[in-house]
Amino acid sequence: MTVLTEASAKRRSGYAFRPPASLTLICLFIALAGAALIALTVGAAGIPLARLPAALGLWGEGSAGPSLARDQLVLWSIRMPRIGAAAMVGALLAASGAIMQGLFRNPLADPALVGVSSGGALAAAAAIVFTDSQIGQNVRFMQHQLLPIAAFAGSLLTTIILYSIASRSGRTSIAIFLLAGIAIAAIANAGTGLLVFIADDRQLRDITFWMLGSLSGATWPKLATLAPVLVCAAIACLSIARGLDVLVLGEAEAFHSGVDVERLKRISIVLVSAMTGVAVSVCGIVGFVGIVVPHLLRLVIGPAHRLLLPASMLLGAVLLTGADTLARTIVAPAEMPIGILTAAIGAPFFLIMLLRQRGLVSL
Amino acid sequence: MTVGGATLVDGIALRVKAGEMVAIVGPNGAGKSTLLRMLSGDLRPTKGRIELKQRDIHLYAPRLLAHHRAMLSQHVNVTFPFTVEEIVHMGAGDVGRAAAQRLVDAALTEVDLANFSHRQLPTLSGGEQQRAHFARVLVQLACGEEQHGPGLLLLDEPTSSLDMRHQIDLVETAKRRAQNGTAVIAVLHDLNLAMRFADRIVLLHRGKLAVDGGRSEAITAETIRRIFEVDVKIDYTDQGVPFLLPQTMRPAGAPAA
Repeated sequence: MTVLTEASAKRRSGYAFRPPASLTLICLFIALAGAALIALTVGAAGIPLARLPAALGLWGEGSAGPSLARDQLVLWSIRMPRIGAAAMVGALLAASGAIMQGLFRNPLADPALVGVSSGGALAAAAAIVFTDSQIGQNVRFMQHQLLPIAAFAGSLLTTIILYSIASRSGRTSIAIFLLAGIAIAAIANAGTGLLVFIADDRQLRDITFWMLGSLSGATWPKLATLAPVLVCAAIACLSIARGLDVLVLGEAEAFHSGVDVERLKRISIVLVSAMTGVAVSVCGIVGFVGIVVPHLLRLVIGPAHRLLLPASMLLGAVLLTGADTLARTIVAPAEMPIGILTAAIGAPFFLIMLLRQRGLVSL
Repeated sequence: MTVGGATLVDGIALRVKAGEMVAIVGPNGAGKSTLLRMLSGDLRPTKGRIELKQRDIHLYAPRLLAHHRAMLSQHVNVTFPFTVEEIVHMGAGDVGRAAAQRLVDAALTEVDLANFSHRQLPTLSGGEQQRAHFARVLVQLACGEEQHGPGLLLLDEPTSSLDMRHQIDLVETAKRRAQNGTAVIAVLHDLNLAMRFADRIVLLHRGKLAVDGGRSEAITAETIRRIFEVDVKIDYTDQGVPFLLPQTMRPAGAPAA
């Protein structure tokens, strides 16, 4: 923010106008509050705005109508954990997309698109099948804890493989990166397919859920897994922001400018994997959030990561909260898997970006 | 200030003093850029060592090393729409915000990009981008020198995409730094620029040191014919500065293709 806030006042006559960092963050916070409010009120059981404060317990002694208990039940045990999960998953996915794009110096990187989410999902699905099997029954009780760890490990392995394929002597080929990502995603999906084949009916339901992406399983304990990762990630993001900025010059130049490139890469890879892995373990594969959000933000606030990363977290939260509300309501009383929704919106967006970047991607 | 040692490019011993401006010249593939990347600490020599201020360059942490030496690479490709000012700011480290802004503004003026500071870098021409990166490197050098005294400035074919005026501007800027105590090592293709500005010319040929000396010792018609396979005439300006004029495309006596 050192650069942005100070310079932005003078920027009004400049070619690239960038709003002050504080204004950006405040606007995004307001948008998030608005999205959460809308998400609280609409759904299979509508709760009008007027009844919301009472249901939330803000007016302790409001008229205890017959609907109050129902409202409270819906809000506290279904809707609030779900909105919390949507916001946190959105924040994690958007920020991990932004970090990945900085790491690969490529605006087309997205954890779901290049197989990192698939790797996490494969590991998570394997964990489900394993803990249900004879051998794994001893650890079945800790399935809740095991899933995020497995998903993280799967994502980490995928990211490391992807990086070592796409990056040679400090240069990352965008074409090889995308192609390798597609291949890795295909391998991971094949593995998940194999698990689907050997899974029983109940496991099948669980695994299908990973592959389509849904927030319907959000519970308070899952939020308790997400929250610490999100907090740690947010702090870590700020510590690598300058490094990611300088990395845009290339690895050699970043080193010349005093960045410990190897360390930066390690932190970034672990961060991306942890954020994607935990997000996947809660809601499965939700694609394109990581590509759409940072791209939109760069158009408005510029590419400097000190602001881009926190702003991505906020806009990702807004976007996924909105998308989840939509997923809950458009085919009500049924529910659309959110992964389908984000792909339907995000994939055309990606294609447009690809068309505009054709020069860069040329083989 | 010591930069010396035997290197992968093979048997090159160089010692560059503070305030000296050295031009590295040689035909394509002579190992100029490799030598420069080793001098920057980017590549580790398989044999021999590089010392910067009496200390092995690989013992410096990246951040500290950046305070002591700045390097401008030949091609820097920026994918994201950073503005010129943001790029130049990347050179500033460990100085206050006001000091950084002052250095950035000064560097932008020095490379003649003051009016471009809010333009997005990828929208600029190749030469303008090169000047923006030069400004960034100047800021890095200045930041380091404020804390640690004169440093080392490495330039890898800095003039390759610049027009004539900005070529001279850039080399003159580097020369001013040398006069203020910075050690400057520049890979140059333009022998005339090298002869005009460098205190010393290092001529590489097939990975080996061919000539190392002042401009009149290093650059003779005989050396140029032997190493570049071009016939040249060396003349002098009114101020006594030597300049080269290529005579033919092929060495005298070579059969026509």
